[in-house]
Amino acid sequence: MLLAFLAVIALAIVRLRNLFGVVMLSGIYSLLMASIFVILDAVDVAFTEAAVGAGIATILMLGTLALTTSRERVPMHTPLLPLVVTFITGAMLIYGTWDMPAFGDAAAPPNRHVAPYYLERSLPETGVPNVVTAVLASYRGYDTLGELTVIFTAGIGVLLLLGRRRERGDGRATTRGSGA
Amino acid sequence: MEFLVGHYNYWIFVFLMMLGFYVVVARGNLVKKIVGLNIFQASVFLLYISIGKVLGGTAPIIVDGGGPATYSNPLPHVLILTAIVVGVATTALGLSLVVRINEAYGTIEEDEISGMDKEP
Amino acid sequence: MRHHVILRVIAKLGIPFIVLFALYVQFHGDFGPGGGFQAGVIFGAAFILYALIFGLDNALEAAPMNVVVAFIAIGLLLFAGVGVAALLLGGNYLDYGALADDPVAGQHLGILLVELGVGITVAAVMIAVFFTFADRGR
Repeated sequence: MLLAFLAVIALAIVRLRNLFGVVMLSGIYSLLMASIFVILDAVDVAFTEAAVGAGIATILMLGTLALTTSRERVPMHTPLLPLVVTFITGAMLIYGTWDMPAFGDAAAPPNRHVAPYYLERSLPETGVPNVVTAVLASYRGYDTLGELTVIFTAGIGVLLLLGRRRERGDGRATTRGSGA
Repeated sequence: MEFLVGHYNYWIFVFLMMLGFYVVVARGNLVKKIVGLNIFQASVFLLYISIGKVLGGTAPIIVDGGGPATYSNPLPHVLILTAIVVGVATTALGLSLVVRINEAYGTIEEDEISGMDKEP
Repeated sequence: MRHHVILRVIAKLGIPFIVLFALYVQFHGDFGPGGGFQAGVIFGAAFILYALIFGLDNALEAAPMNVVVAFIAIGLLLFAGVGVAALLLGGNYLDYGALADDPVAGQHLGILLVELGVGITVAAVMIAVFFTFADRGR
């Protein structure tokens, strides 16, 4: 049911030309996704999605709209070729789902590989009851370090691209982009 | 019928992914393209989390002396948790590129930008 | 939004609780849902709300840009530093078991520190990105 809502909102995002409305709808889309994550037992992920998707991403997009324009022009060329491409790709992906395990199957390969080890051993080995935290920080520490580096790099990139090189020393010393 | 119930969620994810893909390919507005990329990305998140769901399971937080309860698979949660935050950081990078493009060309429509590039 | 009294009052009331909640999520993430990524985002959201309601200048006074940018690096260095500390104490890189005499206590300590590093960097990146966007708009 919620998935159907999600599909409807995504369709509305595609149809709408007012970018302000598009951004608002994408915020609602994120909030719906967060509730679906709760239903799918991923509370940590839902937490993140609600804070990030409905909060920060929406604000950043609104900030971009304030700096640019909020109307989308009607494209000049016909969308026939993209439609054909998406239909073919979608059909191939749906054909691929035939081999997927059924929803919620405890015996599916992804749920039998390392997950039982984590669920059994994480509490005695790390003393942390939240398995997601234990796996995130300990078992997959390298991965998380890499992800954090990506966030670091993206943040530095934004500062370099948009940071104002201000020579006036007015005490606030905003970002000084050195690369540009 | 059983097959339908077990797989319709994948089909919705494919539908969402293709909507995002269509927006990225067919629309010329750069902000709209980024929203489309986010929809695309969100469908992948949903796919991962729904693979990790175990029917009858609960969230993977082990309670003291809870006994052998069934938990959903924590591994996709970890992957997607980091991916969401990385996603918003890269979205911010894309949006800042859009802002710079708007400052340089005065527009965020792809057609007009490539038209300007062709003129000497 | 300087003249919206309701917004100002509610924001003033709410922001301390948002920050408190972020800290709770940060340090209680071992036991309940939460952790560095979520806490960082919530912490950043508190500052962004402050900047939206009270203006960018006031927000920059509360969180100067060079401090925020420094914290971006501090979080990442804390994470990497925990790995190096484990290395120096005789374990593998990011093997927190070496951080304390008892491997389980070491793991717990390591996870706490690493999550703190994640939280600092994520919060600082979110705040810095919003501030640069807002600064550009003036």
